[in-house]
Amino acid sequence: MELTEKQLQWKDEFRAFVDEVVVPHADVHDREQYLEPQVIQKMKEKGYLGSMLEKKYGGMELDWVTIGILNEEIGRGCSSVRNLLTVHGMVALAILRWGSDEQRNHWLSTMAAGEKIGAFALTEPEVGSDAKNVQTTAVLSDDHYVLNGHKKWITMGQIADVFIVFAQCEGKPTAFLVERDSPGLTTTPIDSLLGSRGSMLASLHFENCKIPKENMVGTVGIGLSHVGLHCLDYGRYTVACGCVGLGQACLEQSLQYARSRKQFGSVLGENQLIQKMLTEMTVNVKAARLLCYHAGHLKDQIDPDSIMETWNAKYFASKMVNQAASDAVQIHGANGCSGDYPVERYLRDAKINEIIEGTTQIHEMLISKNSLRNT
Amino acid sequence: METTNVKVKQFLSKFFRKHELQDDEDIFSLGFVNSLFAMQLVMFLEKEFGIKVDNKDLDMSNFKSINAICELVDRKAS
Repeated sequence: MELTEKQLQWKDEFRAFVDEVVVPHADVHDREQYLEPQVIQKMKEKGYLGSMLEKKYGGMELDWVTIGILNEEIGRGCSSVRNLLTVHGMVALAILRWGSDEQRNHWLSTMAAGEKIGAFALTEPEVGSDAKNVQTTAVLSDDHYVLNGHKKWITMGQIADVFIVFAQCEGKPTAFLVERDSPGLTTTPIDSLLGSRGSMLASLHFENCKIPKENMVGTVGIGLSHVGLHCLDYGRYTVACGCVGLGQACLEQSLQYARSRKQFGSVLGENQLIQKMLTEMTVNVKAARLLCYHAGHLKDQIDPDSIMETWNAKYFASKMVNQAASDAVQIHGANGCSGDYPVERYLRDAKINEIIEGTTQIHEMLISKNSLRNT
Repeated sequence: METTNVKVKQFLSKFFRKHELQDDEDIFSLGFVNSLFAMQLVMFLEKEFGIKVDNKDLDMSNFKSINAICELVDRKAS
């Protein structure tokens, strides 16, 4: 699959932006466990926080392949910045697809401009993959829904202005928009994570949290089957593309090191066992990229098969990047275990991708069942 | 309506490969579809028939059988 001239131009623009704005701050994001405000500000100025939204809301209205390229390039620079694009877009697209006219008019322009940041609140202390059994509840009381429960591991939970929260309503999973300043909502930062440490995670505590009844997204009972899975489809796609970018970063760093580091009188790149790792990294990054492009192309065609192809792409890309990052550290030896080179961060960030947006094992269950049924 | 029926049946056939789905049979009671099916079905209907499925259409009764789906498409297209 070849990119169009326009897509290639976007790729050049994104790459230059990441090299100039994102890469220089990635280590600080990891070390200090936050996103530099000037990086977010420059993302806003470029319009990237509206990359997934239509122009009528002030968005960039990019095609899906180009959205993938943006997430690949941002992911090459910093997994936490890519996480911002992912969770913010999940909320924006849920509102766009299943929100009311009032919700679209109220939120989408400000979200496209990045004036309001969104975050996705599904996971709970006792509920991860088993999402339909979330324990948070929402009960209608006059003109309000009253939420009670606890969400955990919420990416960008420290800075988001609005959360899409999944709760049992009349015993069925249902989605709600909850603003940060809603009465009864408190957030607690989560730190010292293994990877993606700049993603500003938080726990959310709902204690008789009152929200207007108009804040329901969609209807009672479609919270997961339609709203949540729509969000997660975008999440899975952008995580997969981010893995390609992170894999590319592993490759580029490893090539640079293999060209310059000398042992036994020659550069590492002359060593056949190093060449093997570089070969596998080169080919596997390309393969993951092609799976992502294919999923993006099908999304542009509004093809129902795009959903499974996105699962395939995320499964392969997240496994691929773990091997790539592990090999990148191996090539760097002791240097790769230190903060002097970015590959140790790449390895920690890589692991997160096998857990978020569906674990590798959930992917193995779903993809194999799909193959058994359809092939 | 007949063309709609053929197209819907063709789409559903890949999910019900080992079962000859009848027009009035309850799709969801058969246990063939997974959690992604609802999303795939909505995408298919919107693309194939140029309709927009919105919140108020998301009543299970609109999707429970081939007949129900065809009626929804017919209603949305008219």
